[in-house]
Amino acid sequence: MIPLSWYLFLSLTLFTIGVLGVLIRRNAIVIFMCIELMLNSVNLALVGFSSYIGNELGQMLVFFVMVVAAAEVAVGLAIVIAIFRNRLTVNIDEINLLKW
Amino acid sequence: MSLQALVFLVLSFIAIVSAILMITRANPVKSAIFLIINFLSLSIIYLTLNAQFIAIIQVLVYAGAIMVLFVFVIMLLNLQDEKKLSDKLDLRKVVALLFVLLVFGRIALGLGKSVSERFLKQAENSVEIGKVEFIGEKLFTNYILPFEITSLILIVAIVGSIVLAKRKFE
Amino acid sequence: MHKYIGLALIFPLIGFIVNGLFGWKIRKEKIIGWIGSLTVGASFVVSFLVYIELLGLPSYARKFTVEYFSWIKTGGLDISFSYLVDPLSVLMAMVVTGVGFLIHVYSIGYMHGDKGFARFFAYLNLFIFMMLTLVLADNYLLMFLGWEGVGLCSYLLIGFWYDKPFEKMTTSDAGRKAFIVNRIGDFGFLIGLFLMYKYFGSLNFNTVFSIASKLQVGDSTVFWITLLLFVGATGKSAQIPLYVWLPDAMAGPTPVSALIHAATMVTAGVYMIARSSVLYALAPTTMEIVAVIGALTAVYAASMGLVQNGIKKVLAYSTISQLGYMFLAMGVGAFSAGIFHLTTHAFFKALLFLGAGAVMHALDNEEDIQKMGGLKNYLPITYKTFFIASLAIAGIPPLSGFFSKDEILWGAYSQGSFWLWLLGAIGAFMTAFYMFRLVALVFETPARYGAKHPHEAPKVMTLPLVILGFFSAVAGFIGIPESFGLKNLFHHWLEPVFEDANAKLILESAHSTTTEFILMFISVLISAGGILLARYLYLERINVVAKLTQTFSGIYKLLYNKYYVDEIYDTIVVKPVKWGSEKLLWRFFDVKIIDGIVNGSARVTSAVSSVIRFIQNGIVQFYAVVFLIGILIILWLIF
Repeated sequence: MIPLSWYLFLSLTLFTIGVLGVLIRRNAIVIFMCIELMLNSVNLALVGFSSYIGNELGQMLVFFVMVVAAAEVAVGLAIVIAIFRNRLTVNIDEINLLKW
Repeated sequence: MSLQALVFLVLSFIAIVSAILMITRANPVKSAIFLIINFLSLSIIYLTLNAQFIAIIQVLVYAGAIMVLFVFVIMLLNLQDEKKLSDKLDLRKVVALLFVLLVFGRIALGLGKSVSERFLKQAENSVEIGKVEFIGEKLFTNYILPFEITSLILIVAIVGSIVLAKRKFE
Repeated sequence: MHKYIGLALIFPLIGFIVNGLFGWKIRKEKIIGWIGSLTVGASFVVSFLVYIELLGLPSYARKFTVEYFSWIKTGGLDISFSYLVDPLSVLMAMVVTGVGFLIHVYSIGYMHGDKGFARFFAYLNLFIFMMLTLVLADNYLLMFLGWEGVGLCSYLLIGFWYDKPFEKMTTSDAGRKAFIVNRIGDFGFLIGLFLMYKYFGSLNFNTVFSIASKLQVGDSTVFWITLLLFVGATGKSAQIPLYVWLPDAMAGPTPVSALIHAATMVTAGVYMIARSSVLYALAPTTMEIVAVIGALTAVYAASMGLVQNGIKKVLAYSTISQLGYMFLAMGVGAFSAGIFHLTTHAFFKALLFLGAGAVMHALDNEEDIQKMGGLKNYLPITYKTFFIASLAIAGIPPLSGFFSKDEILWGAYSQGSFWLWLLGAIGAFMTAFYMFRLVALVFETPARYGAKHPHEAPKVMTLPLVILGFFSAVAGFIGIPESFGLKNLFHHWLEPVFEDANAKLILESAHSTTTEFILMFISVLISAGGILLARYLYLERINVVAKLTQTFSGIYKLLYNKYYVDEIYDTIVVKPVKWGSEKLLWRFFDVKIIDGIVNGSARVTSAVSSVIRFIQNGIVQFYAVVFLIGILIILWLIF
């Protein structure tokens, strides 16, 4: 049997990669994908705990995270489309009107 | 090394490598493909955790619905490759990498201290609680209220995305 | 029935709300007027039924506390909207609503055609509500609520014709003067309440009085409490030194002067002392101060009334003077005599004011008695009732004023001193003189009003005059002195309220009934002398008056200008306060310091933010890095 910490380290690694992606990528859609990756890493940790503790709460939460992720993606991509239509780019370095 | 550990290591390797490839590809379609690979490997990892239901909806919802939406949008917008990505290691990337590694190291340290000695075995009822039957029953009894609220969230998301994405003043 | 005493308060409140909110829509004066009047009439009926109920009970059982709902409940303070039903409060409620009802009815005629008709009745109803709150409250805070509420209504009604000029100012200035002077008194009242709460731990009448009845006479804290409460009373009831607002309060419509500034509100101070009689009985020094202030005010105000030319001005000074008598009674411990005078005074003074209103109504709002005269034939009802009221206030037996005033004078002599009696007697002489000077100049001397055509007021105005005239004549019989061998119903009725206080006072009964009769005879002689002198001078020898004013022009001017008290107050109080407020508090403190701090903080904020706003560079990933740094810090802190 493998201990829970293995799963948690995997989760942590994936999360870190997701954060890195958010920080270095310029394409808004890819940044979105990185956020999805982070959400999934958290899901992994939740399922891992659920399974090792023997409690269904973690899996329930994963279910709701997925619902929220789906909603978030739908709205987020709609926003990306709206921005693209106005500015013909999804490069977030160029979408910087909201400043001083 | 048991077979289980071997499976886990192989799957983790696939997940991590696909994740790294995902954030480094200049072409967003390729990124999306690697993310799907990552999700699929996660799904199998869920199975090793006896979470059958979650594994299935991971494939259905994430790898299926959500990623299809991503690819669809990428193709719809007909995006170009990111030019600068592979150019050079600029300051921003270095700073980001530095801070990310710091956070990673800090959490890894904390994790190592707190859970390395505990949770060595899966719970005995882990097979039971991962079943579709069990989760379905729970969803429609104990968690009925949040479950119903999700429908509200989804409808709001649908209406919201339509309003945001439709062409204005037509 | 006593449980429904709240109805007496609800009815005027309903009238206030209906007339105040919907009066502009109803428009029909008759409907508005009768809503206003009948709601007050209804609360009179309620008070009367409660009175009947109390009559049927033995005297010791005539006391109820009716609690409706809790108002303030915090720590040791527990104040509720609860009402005390006892002989004193029911009597006051009947006087307020009874006289108030008649004055409301009168106002329907008097205010006819005024553009603020509905507003007027709304204010009057609000006043009745507040006055009933004052007299029926069972704790000092609720009483204070009513106390302030009547002050507010007084302000609103004095300045009712807010655009009308009045003497050297406008009516709203007069209202403001009344309000501010009252605030000075109320400040004392409030401090008194704080001190009372600190000392007794409660503001409830029952609790305070039951604790107080165990205290020693001469308790120093009680002295301060009663003195501070008396300061409030001097403001509300227009005693020296805070009387200056009442003559100017005559700027309001005449029914207001009758109701608020003669019959009811100004007696609130007297009522308050009567209600707190237990406390006052513990503080003989305060009692002496009250008596002296009362006696001085009685004479002082009467002296100013001698020479005034405004018909309402004379009555205003007369009111101050009569209130002085009531305080004299309170001060010498003759509580029920004071309340008796309050009651009879409510009748005849309301009548006098309403009569004055009818006169002004007939002469197109002429107030100067030098431009009246000869109205006897044109206004027969007004003349007769006015004459009766004048006889009553002068103290001619067997009219009501005789019994009440005489009882006060007897109290002043027997329980106070000869000097207090002497002041009272001088005041009585002056009262008789100025009242019959007024009657002579307004009704009996040859006409001096030029081409106007005086006419008797409509029935709706004369009927209240007649009713009040009846009560002014006969109300005295409920309080016939015991020395006539009859039972004094009035004292008997109020006895349970004052028995605790009377037990504390050492009442001297050494004086014989013979002395009482002699004094009574003297005071009747004095009053009759005043009346006859006035009639002789103004009807037969008018030129002597002119000569007298010539000879004593110094005194005449002093009296006519009200001892220049307004000017003195203006110089020593109003001007310095104004100067300090403007130059120091406004120009320096407000503009330089307060505004400086506010503007300065705004300036510092904008200077700092003009630099640090560049952090907001619009690059999302920069924000994310900052976010990450924050997480890092938190991780370091919690692990």
